[in-house]
Amino acid sequence: MSQKVDINLHHITRVEGHGNIVVNTNNGKIEKIEWQVSEAPRFFEAFVRGKDYNDLAHITSRICGICSIGHTLASLKATEAALGVEISEQTTFLRKLALHAENMQSHILHVGYLVAPDLFKVGSVFPLIKTHTDAVLKIIQLHRLANEMSDLICGRTTHPIGLVVGGFTQVPTLAELKVLKSRLISSLDIARQVAEILVDNAHMLPNFSRETEYIGLTTDNEYALYDGVIGSTDTGKHPVKDYHSIVNEYVVPYSTAKHTKHKRESYMVGALARFNLNSEKLSPIAKEIAGLFDLKPISFNPFMNNIAQLVEYVHSVEDSIIIIDALLMRGTKIEDPIEIKLKKGRGIGAVEVPRGILFHDYTIDKNGKCIKANCVIPTNQNHGNIQKDMEAMVPTLLDKPKEEIELNLEMLVRAYDPCISCSTHYLKVKFI
Amino acid sequence: MKPKVAFFDFSSCEGCQLQIANLEERIIDLVEVVDVVSFREVMKEHSDDYEIAIVEGSIQRPMDELRLKDIRSKAKILVALGACAHTGCVNKLRNEWPVEDVKKEVYGKASISDNPYFDAFQAKALDEVVKVDAYIPGCPINREEFIRIVTALVAGKKPSIPNYPVCVECKKNENICVFDLGKFCLGPVTIAGCNSACPNFGHECEGCRGYLEHAHMDAQKDVLKKYGLSVKQMLDRFNIFNYRKEGY
Repeated sequence: MSQKVDINLHHITRVEGHGNIVVNTNNGKIEKIEWQVSEAPRFFEAFVRGKDYNDLAHITSRICGICSIGHTLASLKATEAALGVEISEQTTFLRKLALHAENMQSHILHVGYLVAPDLFKVGSVFPLIKTHTDAVLKIIQLHRLANEMSDLICGRTTHPIGLVVGGFTQVPTLAELKVLKSRLISSLDIARQVAEILVDNAHMLPNFSRETEYIGLTTDNEYALYDGVIGSTDTGKHPVKDYHSIVNEYVVPYSTAKHTKHKRESYMVGALARFNLNSEKLSPIAKEIAGLFDLKPISFNPFMNNIAQLVEYVHSVEDSIIIIDALLMRGTKIEDPIEIKLKKGRGIGAVEVPRGILFHDYTIDKNGKCIKANCVIPTNQNHGNIQKDMEAMVPTLLDKPKEEIELNLEMLVRAYDPCISCSTHYLKVKFI
Repeated sequence: MKPKVAFFDFSSCEGCQLQIANLEERIIDLVEVVDVVSFREVMKEHSDDYEIAIVEGSIQRPMDELRLKDIRSKAKILVALGACAHTGCVNKLRNEWPVEDVKKEVYGKASISDNPYFDAFQAKALDEVVKVDAYIPGCPINREEFIRIVTALVAGKKPSIPNYPVCVECKKNENICVFDLGKFCLGPVTIAGCNSACPNFGHECEGCRGYLEHAHMDAQKDVLKKYGLSVKQMLDRFNIFNYRKEGY
């Protein structure tokens, strides 16, 4: 190719937060490929120092509006581990429901509102309201259900109210859980219909593969989300306490900011990583949906993360029904608050949130004040993999028109569902 | 002509813009009455021709300040969306610390000194940088209030937010007073409009909607005295969402 291609996509759209794609090529030679993050740093780890253990979850929830339940849970798990607090079986059930609700909300928002426009060749979901009214209404219905489930379990969809150290401030009644269960059951058909609409346009997802490492929680008894050990498709299982040696933050020579890597140059976390690690533990209809899109482990196509999200939506619905059945059998009650004895300690909480494995790590002093905090965010762990994917993908696109290269690269970033506001603790920055 | 509306975001969790997606079917009604010309989170198209700018987030860097001033110059009406824009929210907690200290704590030895992306000053609410015409408080915003305020703006009316405390809504909802549950509630001094969301769920009000000017402080002091709490303890709690170096 004898032309010069300069791509500078400033603040790419339909992603959470601010990121830029810069590509310069000259006569087929690649001069620069960069995935830049320009979001303002927010310094959460710095300003939670000195804060009371009771306030940490409600402060760190504000790292992310889309995965605020996940941050709350990682925060509570870290705080409880530091203080030696044991939670009840009911609390574990309800937290798993809260996490499912968020997974459902986040995944359907991403697939239905942010990715679907690419599959239908439009700029946003707004034109689809007119052209594909029925499909959009179905997606809204699924999104509404996920949010109303969060309202019931957490008191609110964004920045959960009722999740506190040791338990819940309020619990759903059996009558409310029965209504939720029947709505979840009927949503399975709607989810299947949405999948069938999308499968007709799934060929719009680029057929691109690059071998990489996938990291996520894993456990023997279920599709790991709330709990587990760290699993890698390259190296097997590792205890959560060793997370530092998994994420290995480092500064790249051409940039001022940190990336993470484990056994290779980069790794991927998120729905596709979880699918690749744990797919055999998915619920039955979720497996069917994976089959519909011919998604099999190990898939090295990052674009299939969108499909893994849809598969996980269905898994979360089916697993929620099982949890609700267990709660209906045993009953729910407002439990007495757990007595907390303040002591000095450090605790690590790891949770699978919609975009991948999340770690919160706190050290708390004898008065219950946080003295050190570290949060390792899924998108932060994915930035390196996005960069490596771009480097592998651009050479395959050079004979295409500039607009098509741009669209492919935007779709690539979007496939990771990056949550850039979350990730700006560890910016990766490079200047033009 | 439908009014042209643009959404923008600065330092925030973007959870308040998410509440617009969380309007569910009512998004369809919204786009019937306004023409959304820019909304980076959900659409590719962008136009600089807008009457109403709805802005989420706090201002943390010179480059953000310039961008906000540019938005202000293009918009007839500028709306602060959510607590980050309204009060600075938790972003301002770092103002307790010198900027160099928080940079060192988070980025360690990485060299970021000549990098404008990292050129943070103390976090600011929008109205510390530009004139703000209307506020939609809360962390996150209340969706009903968002609809009410946008409806007022579209109808050319001046929107208003409640001038009474969260306690008024809480009493109407017949909640047990959360002080009686042994918790420290900021409802008496916080702007209402959330329908007392947190006390409804057995949790104390954390003051995310901001300090109610002309709050009945004498009555609040009596409440604090009754439960053996101090004004300082109240302000420490209030600071989480409403940090002010100079105090109240």
